[in-house]
Amino acid sequence: MAPFYKFGFFGEQTSFILALLIGISFGFWLERAGFGNSRKLALQFYFQDMTVLKVMFTAIVTAMIGLMYLTLFGWIDISKVFINPTFLYAQAVGGIVLGIGFAIGGYCPGTAVVGASTGRIDAYLFILGALFGMVVFGETFPLFENFFYAGEMGQVRLTDIINLSTGLIGLLIILMAVGMFLGGEWLEKKFRKEPAV
Amino acid sequence: MKEEKYWSPYVSGVGLGLTLLLAFVLVGRGLGASGAMMRLDVWFMNLIAPAHTAANTYLSRYAESPLSNWLIFEVVGVIIGGFLSGALAGRLKAKIGKGQRISNRGRLILAFTGGAVMGFGARLARGCTSGLALTGGATLAVGGWVFMFAVFAGAYATAYFVRRQWI
Repeated sequence: MAPFYKFGFFGEQTSFILALLIGISFGFWLERAGFGNSRKLALQFYFQDMTVLKVMFTAIVTAMIGLMYLTLFGWIDISKVFINPTFLYAQAVGGIVLGIGFAIGGYCPGTAVVGASTGRIDAYLFILGALFGMVVFGETFPLFENFFYAGEMGQVRLTDIINLSTGLIGLLIILMAVGMFLGGEWLEKKFRKEPAV
Repeated sequence: MKEEKYWSPYVSGVGLGLTLLLAFVLVGRGLGASGAMMRLDVWFMNLIAPAHTAANTYLSRYAESPLSNWLIFEVVGVIIGGFLSGALAGRLKAKIGKGQRISNRGRLILAFTGGAVMGFGARLARGCTSGLALTGGATLAVGGWVFMFAVFAGAYATAYFVRRQWI
């Protein structure tokens, strides 16, 4: 049963090899979507190119449906899959800070790596900046330590806090995604000033 | 070679989603990027100031063999995969992404600045767009969804002030 690593089908070394292969696929698809290009990413925030939204929600819905099916058939034990722990305040504020950095810098960490691998000079500067910002966080950590741990809710999922069945929550997320796709296409038609790249 | 067009966002999105699903099925964890950058930082700080790094409550949690980690291997893969896709599409080229109303120098300064802000935010939130929004979004983690909407809010609120850089 999956996740195979957690059930001891292979050891840590094999998991590292798989990490490399999974990473190759991750980088490939990011680049295919155009995520190595900072301007294409940033035009999302002017409604001129909604690729970020479309790719992001297509990927989330695809993986979410896959997980739901595998769980339904008992092929994966979701309790052994890593669920990001929720720390409400740090994640809300951290998200806003990261979003500000996204609009200014034009990349996020993963897309900057892809940009750098295809020769984008601004991606290299962005990565240097990110490395610097993380050191600053580490060095000033005592100032934020309480905030960092505030609002801890554990490995809580939407299915734990919304009183609806898992399938229905999944359906609502799919409908929300489709709504965003339609809205995104409409916004692009309205705001796009140059041919799509 | 002429640059090819990017693929459809929906095709690329399904490709990314299946990659993420494969990570869940094979190793029980999602994708990531910023964690690997943190580990690179701590690896470097271990070289130049090991005692200082060990004394810091945040940095020290990464201090033990920082590079022998799943995320590091994954990000090395991202470099290879991005390079392969770029090569196949004729997109390997040294250039700077920006609009026409900003100088190269101005763009590079903003790229560093935005990176620094994002690096700080990613550590505060315990993840970035891949490790928290994408991975947490797909597993329905509450924090992942809160984070994702916060990211869009922060970016849209800032966009007006940096518009000369992009449009």
